Parts: sequence; structure tokens; C-alpha cells
Amino acid sequence: MTKVSMTVNGQPVSGEVEGRTLLSTFLRDTLGLTGTHVGCDTGQCGACTIHVDGASVKSCNMLALEAEGAQVATIEGMSNADGSLGRIQQAFQDHHGLQCGFCTPGMVMAAAALLAEIPKPSEAEIRRYLSGNLCRCTGYHNIVKAILAASGQDVGAEYAA
Amino acid sequence: MYDFDFERPATLADAVAALKDEGATALAGGQTLIPTLKQRLAMPERLVSLAALDELKGLSASGGVLTVGAATTHAQVAGQTDYPALAALAAGIGDPHVRNRGTIGGSLANNDPSACYPAAALGSGATIVTNAREIPADEFFSGLFETALEDDEIITAVRFPIPDAAAYVKFEQPASRFALVGVFVSKGSGGVRVAVTGASEEGVFRWADGEAALSADFSPEALDGLSVSTGDLIGDVHGGPDYRAHLIGVLAKRAVMAAG
Repeated sequence: MTKVSMTVNGQPVSGEVEGRTLLSTFLRDTLGLTGTHVGCDTGQCGACTIHVDGASVKSCNMLALEAEGAQVATIEGMSNADGSLGRIQQAFQDHHGLQCGFCTPGMVMAAAALLAEIPKPSEAEIRRYLSGNLCRCTGYHNIVKAILAASGQDVGAEYAA
Repeated sequence: MYDFDFERPATLADAVAALKDEGATALAGGQTLIPTLKQRLAMPERLVSLAALDELKGLSASGGVLTVGAATTHAQVAGQTDYPALAALAAGIGDPHVRNRGTIGGSLANNDPSACYPAAALGSGATIVTNAREIPADEFFSGLFETALEDDEIITAVRFPIPDAAAYVKFEQPASRFALVGVFVSKGSGGVRVAVTGASEEGVFRWADGEAALSADFSPEALDGLSVSTGDLIGDVHGGPDYRAHLIGVLAKRAVMAAG
């Protein structure tokens, strides 16, 4: 076992891990941050998407030890300081951007990364950016709407569900 | 996943020394290696992370050559403006999250027969620089998942001569989004190059007949009537060798059109 230390949602954390321990496993099992979901565990579905040093990554496709010293952000860090839903989370609720909710943590983290890169994305840019995040419930329509809304853009009549 | 020891050497010399251990494997961005380990298709005793090596970082262009450090991610290559066709190719690999981890050195060293970067390297006439030597792309790719690299050799950078015109067009396998066939075309001081990925059992290759035709006349019509031998082409559930041969011709034309 090796000690690993990083900063998660602004808090310094550390733990003992094996070489093979995935970052997703460290977050969920060692730190108890189970908001990061493991869907496919093959790097395809994107439910485990988090941010490492400001970049979105699939935490099941990264070793915990690779994140030594890194700044990590997970879905647990997306709410406001008072515990209320953050801007993107609120938009997902307002626009019913989820059904079963399993993919949602990854969708919200992907959306946050997109909006950091492109503050006012077009619908096409949003859909292209979500190519690494699979949702089997919604057909993506309301997720796209939620992200448009979170970016402060109108999701009016031309984009009715 | 079987367990392994993990280390992150701070210098290139330490990393090369660590890889002399028979059970050691280099870890770049891990976007292929980690899924491979999960499937127990590889069983290294030690993973040697290349992430801390400053020698592998950085992107710079001078004298008509773009030098890309081996640890440069696909997202970073997509963001450079010196070689637009290479940027466009990098922007189409995997998905945004994969592009933030996967590296050019990792992709070239892995030489997946459906990967995009081998087509860019071969189609640009790039030079692969390692800790030990410089290898022309024409001599680097030696077969399915095989390269000229020695076990303890690490790619440090890739030098791309920036061509006058170039483009990459791929036909995605709709489930994996890997290239069912991808064609990279370039025209520069070294002549015309046409590199094909996704199509051959032997990995990336140059389409000599296509290059000859385009050297005489760099236009899509120059490829009319040319056919590709189906001998070494992949046949699988997604498409037979004849289908892939057809796609090579079509995509080469589209790439020439896009290169302008």
C-alpha cells in the first residue's frame, strides 16, 4: 500500500491505496464520496467524470496514484456553500435533465467543463461535447436544454421539448 | 485488475532505468492501458508513469516544424494553431475527457490499428524522437500494436514538418467511434503522402498508388478509377476488406478536397 494525497473539493485528503486502485474507487470507497458513479468501468459511459487540475477526466480510467498532489473536483463540490443546488444542478432540475439519475453526476461535471471552455455553447457544441457521456433514459434532449439554460441562454419556443 | 507497483520517476534517465526491469511497463495517459489492465490482457509488475517528466512536455513551432512533446494531450494538440490538420485530427479522438488524459506519445507507442495519430505521423512524414534516437515514421510502425521502440525506449517528442496542405478524414465505427477507416493526406516539400489507418491487419500504411496519382495532380479526380488491393485489409463484423478498400478511395478524395 502507498500513501496518496490530493485536494478534493478544496479539502486536503489522503489515504492508503494499492497501485491498481482507481481514482473512482479512492473517491467512493476511501473518501465515501459516492456521488461519482461507476457505470461501465471501461472508460466509455462517463458517469464517473470528475475534474482533475481543472480538466474533465473519467475517474475510472485513472489511477489514484496518478492524482497525487492534484486538485480534484467532484459532484459533491458542485452545490452552493449553503447546500442548495448549484447553477448547473438547478438547471438540470428545472428542465428535467434526468430520469433515473445515474449518469447525472458525470453529465453535470461534463457540463461544468464545457461551460468553462465555451461559456455560451450552441446546441451542436453541447451535443458534441457530451459524446463521452451516455444517458439511456432521456434521449439527451432535456440535458441539452438544461445546459443551455445553465449557460444563461434562452431555451424558449424554438427548443420546446 | 492484477496489482502492480506504481512509480513516477522525476527524470527521463530514471524512467529509462526503471523500464529496464522486465516486468515494467510505461504508463502515459492510460486511456488504453488502464482498460487493458482491467481486462487482464496485460500483467505488468510495475507501472512507470511518465507524467512527471518535463522532457516530454511542451509544444513549439519553428522553421516549418511543429515539435510536440510526447506527454502532450490530445486536447492540447487540438488547441494549437500551427498545424490545423493535426489539430482537427486530435480534436476528433475519443471524447473530451479522454482527450484531456490521452497523449500523442502513448498513442504512437501503442500503435492501435484503428488509432488516428499513426496516420498523422506517417501521413506527415514525422520523426519520432526517443531518449535514444530519432526514428522516421516510415520506419516506426512495424505491425499490429508493434513499433520500432525497444522495451526501455521512451518517446520524448514528435516532429511534424508542417505541410502546405493536409487533412484527415475518418469514417467512424458508430459504436466505438474508432476509425473504421481513416485517411490522412498531406502535400508539402517532401511530396504527397497518403496514410491509411483502421483498414489493414498490419496497422497504418501508405497508399502508394494514391500518392503517385496525387503527386501528378493533387485533386480528388486524380483518384478516379484507382482501387486498393484487399489482400491485407481487415474483414470483421463492421465491414469486409472490399468495403474498407472502397472507403479508402472515398475518404482519400474527401481528404484531398478538405485539404484544398
